[in-house]
Amino acid sequence: MTADQAVSLVVNGTAHEVVCDPDTPLLYVLRNDLGLLGAKFGCGLGLCGACNVLVDGHPVHSCDTPVWSVAGKSVTTVEGLGNEGRPHRLQETFIDEQALQCGYCTSGMLVTAAALLEREPDVDEAGVRRALDGNLCRCGAHNRIVRAVLCARTCRS
Amino acid sequence: MTNPSLGTTPRLDRWITITADGTVLVRSGKVELGQGVLTALAQIVAEELDVDPSRIRMVPAATDISPDESYTAGSLSVQHSGGALRAVCAQARQLFLAEAAARLDVPSESLDVTDGDICAPDGRRTSLWELAGVVALDRDLAPGTDAKRPDDYRVVGRSLPRVDVPGKVAGRRRFIHDLRPDGMLFGRVLRPPSRGAVLTSVDEQAASRVPGVVAVVRDGSFLGVVTEREENALRAVAALRTGTVWKEADSLPDEHELPAFLLAAPTEETVLHDAGTTAGPAAGSVHARFSRPFLAHASIAPSCGLALWNGERLAVWSHSQGIHKLHASICRSQGLAPENVVVQHVEGAGCYGHNAADDAAYDAVLLARAVPGRTVQVVWTREDELGWAPLGPAMVVDIEADLDAGGRVQSWRHDVWSNGHAHRPGPPSAPLLAATHVEAAETAQPAGDPPLQNGGGSGRNAVPLYDLPGQVVRTHRLQTMPLRTSALRALGAHLNVFAIESVVDELAALAGADPVEYRLGLLGDERARAVLQAAAERAGWGSSAADVGSGVGLGVGLARYKNRGAYCAVVAEVEAETHVRVRRLTIAVDVGLVVNPDGVVNQIEGGALQALSWTTKERVRFDGRAVTSRTWEEYPILTFSEVPPVDVVLLDRPTDPALGAGEASIGPTAAAIGNALYVATGLRVRHLPLTPENVIAAMDP
Repeated sequence: MTADQAVSLVVNGTAHEVVCDPDTPLLYVLRNDLGLLGAKFGCGLGLCGACNVLVDGHPVHSCDTPVWSVAGKSVTTVEGLGNEGRPHRLQETFIDEQALQCGYCTSGMLVTAAALLEREPDVDEAGVRRALDGNLCRCGAHNRIVRAVLCARTCRS
Repeated sequence: MTNPSLGTTPRLDRWITITADGTVLVRSGKVELGQGVLTALAQIVAEELDVDPSRIRMVPAATDISPDESYTAGSLSVQHSGGALRAVCAQARQLFLAEAAARLDVPSESLDVTDGDICAPDGRRTSLWELAGVVALDRDLAPGTDAKRPDDYRVVGRSLPRVDVPGKVAGRRRFIHDLRPDGMLFGRVLRPPSRGAVLTSVDEQAASRVPGVVAVVRDGSFLGVVTEREENALRAVAALRTGTVWKEADSLPDEHELPAFLLAAPTEETVLHDAGTTAGPAAGSVHARFSRPFLAHASIAPSCGLALWNGERLAVWSHSQGIHKLHASICRSQGLAPENVVVQHVEGAGCYGHNAADDAAYDAVLLARAVPGRTVQVVWTREDELGWAPLGPAMVVDIEADLDAGGRVQSWRHDVWSNGHAHRPGPPSAPLLAATHVEAAETAQPAGDPPLQNGGGSGRNAVPLYDLPGQVVRTHRLQTMPLRTSALRALGAHLNVFAIESVVDELAALAGADPVEYRLGLLGDERARAVLQAAAERAGWGSSAADVGSGVGLGVGLARYKNRGAYCAVVAEVEAETHVRVRRLTIAVDVGLVVNPDGVVNQIEGGALQALSWTTKERVRFDGRAVTSRTWEEYPILTFSEVPPVDVVLLDRPTDPALGAGEASIGPTAAAIGNALYVATGLRVRHLPLTPENVIAAMDP
């Protein structure tokens, strides 16, 4: 435990400064200081993907990422993938495919998949599955999620 | 059959309010568990009232406003709540039309309703919304109003997109974990290190030194902290842990000898079915014993609860399956009058049975009482969720089929050993977890089983669907409960169907018959035959004899959930090389009337994949004192790369009652995988999960 400090970070394009113990997990800062409740707590150990956000475009587990480590970096949460008028393509295809049951894992899936499509625009089905293996779903919506990601890919062109 | 929901709440205005601003408020006592029930219920209301579904507002359930519909469980929501809302809305529509007819001076039958607009043949009109303040619904449902005929359905039977999906993909929709009422504090509980551990001393100062700690609560062996910031709650718990001394003792059975433990424990025997025939001496018999380990709910979110105590009244927020039962339990344990406690349902992550939602709510209550005037939110850790939530019981099933000289079954015996599958809060014998840890501890009795007429627990689906003579079916419910067990999706049906279908497959092999043909020969129920044939056809079930031991195989499983719910047949294709890999699942299902086809497919698919995960991977691990499989590494569940394609065929039967879809595919999927594994390997693997170790053990039984 260390003394509270001011930490500057950019989330969804907006600069923020929060005062907290710099070891605080990014997840809690997003949810409790910035009011961005899209990323979820699932395990606290980086094993389920429910808390995934993008840091400089790469998916990271925000539950075990200390906030000091993202100082000055760009963080994107599910809320920043698109906006009200212009949702991310994946958010549209998830609706088209009804790609969830409870939806608790959904924001982590979307963030992970968005990074995947940036990295590999022509990824195949096996590649989608591999990329999502770190994101757990207990309801059994996997195949719908895979279809939604593949459809977002196809529809890019 | 009378509708239990209407029996409890017959008054029309308890269910719906038609408003002047053009919306319909619907109060169901059933809650969203991730299964999409709110969308299905909204469709039923929209259908009967003839309004657009976008006008329906599903009011979150709360104990002070919602009908008491008991638990959201047993795949009964569309039957019970849907049936009640259908009847209520049909009658409300009739009352509105009678008023409109009087005002417009035309016969009620001549009126046409479109999206709430009521139009007379001459074009004069009024609407549900105009008449909202005029037509009183403060009356009980009267007999004699017919609901719409299925032929006239326009909304029911369509795959309407779910109402909650857009908010969830935008990250906007709030789960209970996302509630942030003003001044909310973060509470965390330090659970004992093992079952039955007693706290002998604690240094509360260590926790108090963490910044922002508002309260440290100790009551007997219950310990918790309340803090201003969430991360500090975790730190305070860690600090508290270092300063505790517990008295512990071994209390759990040997996890490697679970079947022996179940068979040796004191039990209560119940005869579920006894055809009581004494056939002549058997010419042969098939005898097989099956088991499954304890299973975890393993929802992606740990359980959560919130509570606010103002010195007199208590407000509680929970993702419980039964808010009225939780309400009763809290009132009893806290000695509060029912009118001073309100429990409000808020959606959590996927719920597959009696998980720790109620326990987390009670944790929040205990902590909130220490900080009057401020709401406390408790979120369990992943470790506590996997380690302390109720578990699906371990089970043993033993089946013996005697055959006559012609190879026909002449008697069939099915015995189940299991802890009870029902330990929901409500009765005094099933206290909330923290209530067993406080100084004035309540004592938990071993879990019970619902009676067979309510679907049974250990014995769910233990009575075969087949025309087999001389059936005797018994359950042996444990009178001791080292690990707390309760309802997990499908209850005993998971292993009972696995076992029955495995033995039926063996009988088919003995008879030299094709497994599908053999089953058809034992099935009089037309609807069961139809799903079996549909699944076999869709899967390309071959007429050529199965190539046993070829490394790849097709297997089939069939059941009617609870013997009176949905019919489901599954064909699995399994490959077994280094491990058991399911390559595809083909499923045919008959749920009677389908309210939302995509919703049913989603539930059937989800149930099948959860059953696949349980059946091939899952096992709760423990030592002599505590559950040790407390992270996703120690309790792995199915991942994307392991998920096969799932093809679901819906047999729509619009004139038959809706039967519920949430649990129907569990047993048949497990069975189909086991039977396919036999074709792939030539081995009957009877002990779950179907891991390489259990497959190898089956080589040398």
